[in-house]
Amino acid sequence: MIYLDYNATTPTDPRVLDAMLPYFQARFANPSSIHRAGHEARRAVEKAREKLAHLVVARVDEVYFTSGGTEADNIAVKGVAFAQNKRKKIITSAIEHHAVLTTCEYMTKFGFEVVKVPVDPHGIIDLNFLEDAVDDNTVIISIMHANNEVGTVEPITEISKIAHRHGIVFHTDAVQTVGKLPIDIESMGIDMLSLSGHKFCGPKGTGALIARTGIRFDPLSHGGHHEHNKRAGTENVPGIVGLGKACEIAMTEMAEEEKRIRLLRDKLWNGIREKIPDLILNGHPEKRLANTLGICVRYVEGESLLLHLDMHGICASSGSACTSGSLEPSHVLLAMGIPHETAHGSIRFSLGRYTEEAEILEVIRVFPKIVEKLRVISPLSKK
Amino acid sequence: MQYSQKVMEHFLNPRNVGEIEDADGVGTCGNPICGDLMTFYINIEPKTDDLHMARIVDIRFKTFGCGAAIAVASMASEMAGGKTLFEVTELTRQDVADALDGLPPVKMHCSNLGVQAIQEAIKDYLQKIGRPDLAKTIQGCPKKSEHNNQ
Ligand SMILES: Cc1ncc(COP(=O)(O)O)c(C=O)c1O
Ligand code: FES
Repeated sequence: MIYLDYNATTPTDPRVLDAMLPYFQARFANPSSIHRAGHEARRAVEKAREKLAHLVVARVDEVYFTSGGTEADNIAVKGVAFAQNKRKKIITSAIEHHAVLTTCEYMTKFGFEVVKVPVDPHGIIDLNFLEDAVDDNTVIISIMHANNEVGTVEPITEISKIAHRHGIVFHTDAVQTVGKLPIDIESMGIDMLSLSGHKFCGPKGTGALIARTGIRFDPLSHGGHHEHNKRAGTENVPGIVGLGKACEIAMTEMAEEEKRIRLLRDKLWNGIREKIPDLILNGHPEKRLANTLGICVRYVEGESLLLHLDMHGICASSGSACTSGSLEPSHVLLAMGIPHETAHGSIRFSLGRYTEEAEILEVIRVFPKIVEKLRVISPLSKK
Repeated sequence: MQYSQKVMEHFLNPRNVGEIEDADGVGTCGNPICGDLMTFYINIEPKTDDLHMARIVDIRFKTFGCGAAIAVASMASEMAGGKTLFEVTELTRQDVADALDGLPPVKMHCSNLGVQAIQEAIKDYLQKIGRPDLAKTIQGCPKKSEHNNQ
């Protein structure tokens, strides 16, 4: 199998798995227990918290473990909005992950107004629009660090400056960047940040919300005193230990890995572009995650491409409507102004830690044939 | 969502792909904006307006769409080839779906297109031979708004 769908999820690094295993049986205790076994589990959780804080340059008491990116996004948007009752506007972007978009839409039930900042054809948010949209009624701005479908990296520092000029909390969904890009919440001006373990070779169902000291937010779940009263429920100790290990590995290997993956990604793009006419690169040409190659293949439909690739053992993904069961193609591509007809032909290759050059060469060999085959069938192709 | 082996087989090796120059009838259904478009080309013998006599002797198609859309076009082309025009107007999308050992429910919107586009080609043929009145009795593509509601 050639796995090029790392933005969907990643395999767990064997070093992460090794770190986790003792916490299922030998060290299974509840970190809240008073006995020594409990203390041992508590120490493991706090050690992981340190590693995570280190990776994003936060204080340890600014880390709240969650079940993943989705939960962190939910706590940030709902938590901040519900912790006050003066401000009634939420600003987000048109290209957010559904974890943020659907949460914002839900908030309209409680009288919040939601404004979605548009993006340019490269997927960069319109800072002038944002500047005009913010006001004293805005409670939170939630704009992602990098987009999962096209990889475009947003101007986080500029966004945070606009937010802070108006006393607005700035949250960023950094699920696609933590472990891939260096992050310093202090210098980038980030008040809240969501991250997810399974996007950088950590375990699924793990993640965290980082919230700077002084940011007020309500919890979503109520119960015990876990996570400074912000996230009740017995900690997922093995998961948290694994997440910590994934952070530690990313800390030391991220820079090298980024270089290696970027070369492979560019090799893939150049290789298929040479052989296939009428391809469109999605996202920003430079300000883009090093592992992400989103393209639109004109005249063909994305699901057909995926099915053919799958027959060759190649895993990728698509923003086509036909893979989602709706008639609308990806909201991200449409927001970037890509016509419906073209957006239906989108495909995303995302590379990662275990991607090898031989795999890239195989895709370069196979993919042009698939496109050719589908274009012969297509009534839209030029003859 | 999982496709049947039959669907995959037709998707990977679609039958009757292509175009017919100066075809007796051409019909297109769907809309690339919705992600699906199908064009059928048919030749008819004998060239009469008797729906029980006139047969599809050659059929070709081109499709832009998902795996199901391609399989549906391929299967519909096989089912319509050699049949009289009357027999073809009796074909339903369920017949095509059944012949493919079923389609996932979310794929029903594109499974319509096969039979409809062939019927559209028959309408075109009847118009060309001077029977627009007969052409009107055949269903063909739904109106755009109907398509979007599906
Ligand atoms: C940008 C972004 N945000 C949020 C999520 C959701 O994260 P999780 O799967 O950990 O809930 C994902 C991944 O699917 C993502 O890509
Ligand atoms: S063409 Fe879109 S679901 Fe079949």
